[in-house]
Amino acid sequence: MTGDDTKHLPLEDIHVAAGARFGAFAGWSMPLTYPAGVMKEHLHTREHAGLFDISHMKLFEVSGPEAVALLNRACPLDAAALEISQSKLSFFLNESGGILDDLIVTRLGDIRFMVVANAGNAVADEKHLRALAADFDVKVEPLDRVFLAIQGPEAWATLSRAGIETGSLLFMHGVEPRQNWFMSRSGYTGEDGFEIGLPEADARDLVAKLLGDERVLWIGLAARDSLRLEAGLCLHGQDITPETDPASAGLMWAIPKEIRATGAFIGAGALRAAVERGPAQKRVGLKPDGRQPVRAGAALFDADGNPAGHVTSGGFGPSAGHPVAMGYVATPLAKPGTRVFADVRGTKIPVDISSLPFTPHRYRKG
Amino acid sequence: MATTYFTEDHEWLRVEGGIATVGITDYAQEQLGDLVFVELPETGKKLAKGDTAVVVESVKAASDVYAPVDGEITEANGTLSSDPSLVNSAATGAGWLWKMKLADESQLAGLMDEAAYKAHIG
Repeated sequence: MTGDDTKHLPLEDIHVAAGARFGAFAGWSMPLTYPAGVMKEHLHTREHAGLFDISHMKLFEVSGPEAVALLNRACPLDAAALEISQSKLSFFLNESGGILDDLIVTRLGDIRFMVVANAGNAVADEKHLRALAADFDVKVEPLDRVFLAIQGPEAWATLSRAGIETGSLLFMHGVEPRQNWFMSRSGYTGEDGFEIGLPEADARDLVAKLLGDERVLWIGLAARDSLRLEAGLCLHGQDITPETDPASAGLMWAIPKEIRATGAFIGAGALRAAVERGPAQKRVGLKPDGRQPVRAGAALFDADGNPAGHVTSGGFGPSAGHPVAMGYVATPLAKPGTRVFADVRGTKIPVDISSLPFTPHRYRKG
Repeated sequence: MATTYFTEDHEWLRVEGGIATVGITDYAQEQLGDLVFVELPETGKKLAKGDTAVVVESVKAASDVYAPVDGEITEANGTLSSDPSLVNSAATGAGWLWKMKLADESQLAGLMDEAAYKAHIG
């Protein structure tokens, strides 16, 4: 993933100056850790405020008289039911009901929506959305923005000191506080926090203000991963893929009931059939017994040694204080407390099915 | 008097009386980041040069540490079971990984001294 094709963050110089260690992720050269290190960065985010450069993610503005119709076709979503400024987790599904990407859709106006997509899928998502848009009176516009996340219990206070008031904005709502800005109260850590898309010059100014506040630290991709894993949040490409549907992934809560029954979204038929059959495997939290982490790819076995599933994400949870993992197990085993065994380099590590999240969500819902 | 050697895989060996104490260098622990688990070898295990002796696990990933020479494990640093972060805070001291009885001391001739290692990591 090195060479001319690697994409670089617009604020890369700031990360270099901050002492970031870089690594490749989804075609981007990304800060993995800063000098504080993953453990301190993780804990700082849960206690104070962590600043993340997530400009590898893509914002699309979808607008036009048939914006609602396009989104209702592309996603298992009732776009018309979204109130202005309301955000919702949704998906692009394939015809088999598999998850092509998970997205956050926010209603900006009567006929304007913001769609935030994952870095690794951004190119495919745009192609997919544009192909669908050909049948509708709608415009799909990828936005050229720096995208920052500020997460943690002091995120709102540090933004306030930087001159950005967030008072009335609640979890899973998004607004446009300034020209070409998009700010939502959302994130990928389980903490209260915000994601802000904005032009590069504004971003440089905001970052300078935020870093002048001792409560704010840069946080790299390594801690972003351990934070989201403790929070039980899925990483597309690992925990959810085109081979997993929202039913087996335990994400049906993101699909409104009437849409499940009558929605005309892509993959509707296959998803209805999958729900009717009942998933063969379900996504679960996994708590390894002891100190040894269990990693993505490890095979799981039941007490009799029969294949039981596999691990999709795994590592150490600095706030949990023990290893944490996520994976899929056969539906009869998918109950908290059930013991399975993970094969780690030939040794069977006992692992207990655990409810998610590992650390409680602390969203500002009202 | 102990002599210290280094490998291209960022390990150090302190050799005294036919026994090598082995660990990873400060450079290596910095690259790995905060360690959360060290899978230690059993005493008496015979290793050939290049075999995996220890697995060190950071928050994010697991990495193998190889036997730099042939030999037999005489002791593993049990303190690391309860405090793996010693490898980060004292890589070349209290964070040592294992001790091994050398099978063939002539293999040491292929390793680097500190000056050569410093040049190796630039």
